[in-house]
Amino acid sequence: MNLERSLYTASVLALIAAGSAQAQTTITIATVNNGDMIRMQGLTEDFTAQTGHQVEWVILEENVLRQRVTQDIATSGGQFDIMTIGMYETPIWAAQDWLVPLDDLPESYDADDILPAMRAGLSYEGTLYAAPFYGESSMVMYRTDLMEKAGLEMPEAPTWDFIREAAAAMTDRDNEIYGICLRGKAGWGENMAFITTVANSFGARWFDEDWTPQLDSPAWMEAVTFYNDLLANYGPPGASTNGFNENLSLFQQGKCGMWIDATVAASFVTNPNESTVADKVGFALAPDKGLGKRANWLWAWALAIPAGTQKEEAAKDFINWATSKDYLALVAEKEGWANVPPGSRTSLYENPEYLKAAPFAEMTLQSINAADPENPTVEPVPYVGIQYVAIPEWAGIGTTAGQEFSAMVAGQQSPEQALEKAQTLVADEMEAAGY
Amino acid sequence: MARAVTPKKKAINTAAAWAIGLLIFFPILWTILTSFKTEATAIADPPVFLFFDWTLENYQVVQDRSDYMRFLWNSVIIAGGSTLIGVMIAVPAAWSMAFVPSKRTKDILLWMLSTKMLPAVGVLYPIYLIFISMGLLDTRTGLVFILMMMNLPIIVWMLYTYFKEIPGEILEACRMDGAGLKEEILHILTPMAIPGIASTMLLNFILAWNEAFWTLNLTAAQAAPLTAFIASYSSPEGLFFAKLSAASTMAIAPVLILGWFSQKQLVRGLTFGAVK
Repeated sequence: MNLERSLYTASVLALIAAGSAQAQTTITIATVNNGDMIRMQGLTEDFTAQTGHQVEWVILEENVLRQRVTQDIATSGGQFDIMTIGMYETPIWAAQDWLVPLDDLPESYDADDILPAMRAGLSYEGTLYAAPFYGESSMVMYRTDLMEKAGLEMPEAPTWDFIREAAAAMTDRDNEIYGICLRGKAGWGENMAFITTVANSFGARWFDEDWTPQLDSPAWMEAVTFYNDLLANYGPPGASTNGFNENLSLFQQGKCGMWIDATVAASFVTNPNESTVADKVGFALAPDKGLGKRANWLWAWALAIPAGTQKEEAAKDFINWATSKDYLALVAEKEGWANVPPGSRTSLYENPEYLKAAPFAEMTLQSINAADPENPTVEPVPYVGIQYVAIPEWAGIGTTAGQEFSAMVAGQQSPEQALEKAQTLVADEMEAAGY
Repeated sequence: MARAVTPKKKAINTAAAWAIGLLIFFPILWTILTSFKTEATAIADPPVFLFFDWTLENYQVVQDRSDYMRFLWNSVIIAGGSTLIGVMIAVPAAWSMAFVPSKRTKDILLWMLSTKMLPAVGVLYPIYLIFISMGLLDTRTGLVFILMMMNLPIIVWMLYTYFKEIPGEILEACRMDGAGLKEEILHILTPMAIPGIASTMLLNFILAWNEAFWTLNLTAAQAAPLTAFIASYSSPEGLFFAKLSAASTMAIAPVLILGWFSQKQLVRGLTFGAVK
């Protein structure tokens, strides 16, 4: 009996030794060049020290990355062991069996600590397929000084009517101050992400329960006209080409009274090294129209393992490292709490040190919690997703429709024309796809 | 016959040439200037031109974060390799079409050029699948091959035009002196066509260096050239224009310098045959 046990122990030890001797696995990770990912690359040594695995980084521009990983995963190219993907791709790819389920991460990982909204968005049929590296919602960022000058006070949960009133009051074109900056650049992840959230709050939806496109509805008309008027009257010139980065730049230069966009922007606009208005920024929930849905989205940059990788174990080790609580603590130790990747774990928002370092933390959490990808609209819909529709056709539909709305903001067509064209485009595409 | 040029006309011409040159060069100049700014200055509005605190910080960061030499070396091998192999195939092909044309030579030339009319993305998936099955993904060999194939029609066309300028009588004469095909191409034709071949190679080297579709789509970590190096500094959420500019400057510097040094050769080759 004793002999058996010691033999067992010896063989386990031998296995571990053998494991660590041949553990020099090199995994290839595809990701984007966002600040939090750059920090992750800088900390790779810690992962290597813990596991012995080496990491090769492939960093690509977002659209290139998306195309590149889709193509690789669809053809089983096997170029990547971990891919950075979003909430849109995760359920679609999981349904195709393209991703390795992440249901067997160790207990110390504490998957229950992942914010419920994030977990829901990154799961397919109840199983987690991608681990959130950082997450975001959208909210109103505004200039406290300009708001005060206009004699207004931003409520914690403003309505669209208040936003219009405030935008009108803050606009001062002679001094190049524009009441509101919003996305206008065409793309399903650019202007359509924002316009879709506006539409949701106005009671519009992309499809009814039978997958019939609804862009010809009065609610869409109202939402799109409102968005267009807002930008035309109180927006910066050339708004039809402004995306996240362009608006970030405008806001940091002090040219925007309000900006409704990703919560992750909060850390940029309050950073005194980059922003000229760092100490004059306030935050509020995304607006609503009194219909029970706010115009805030939900997004996560998540790490997923493509099915068929030869290095699944090492890849899981990496995910276990990069999306863990320990990783958050590691970043805090090396770079300060304000630089910790936000929006992934509940425990972060219970950490007093983080709450102190990040004045935007509470509003971020509230915005994320207010987002429900499974019930995104006032009326019921057959799809999942708030600022996108989680079907493979969406990327195409969203981008072509986005071009129509961008042309509208550029003044080339009216909201009626843009919606009419978008409705036809979407209907054709959906019919071709067999809905 | 040369036309008389008055000093006034000459001055106007010179000024116009400089203006157009500056206009074309301006984006590159702006990129280089931006690479020496801080991120905050890079997005300043109104933009600052020369009077800012010059900094090398971006180059430092780019150096620290990526292995520039590896990307550079991949670019040199891919651009150089594809150009060399392309020329080796194109010289005999252009020779036969220029000096022993058949009834169908013109058709063949046109057909070769027509392959350039297909958008590359149209064959992305077939090529990707072929590369997977041949194990060529993310290898320099694969990229040398694909870029060589992409540029081959241009190389053949350029060489064909240069060869057409060489009098066939010279080749006839050497044949009568008993030279074989090999001697004819290697010792007579090639030396005479050196300027043309050199400019063809130079142009193809630049094309291959800047090629950003196949080099991005068929590589991951190992064979990625400088185009991937640039792409890695573009960010969807965050303003890193100064670092992106520093990366771009580092990526274009080698080929820019090469272009400057061989300017004469390049211009001569490109206008070769234009003046009769």
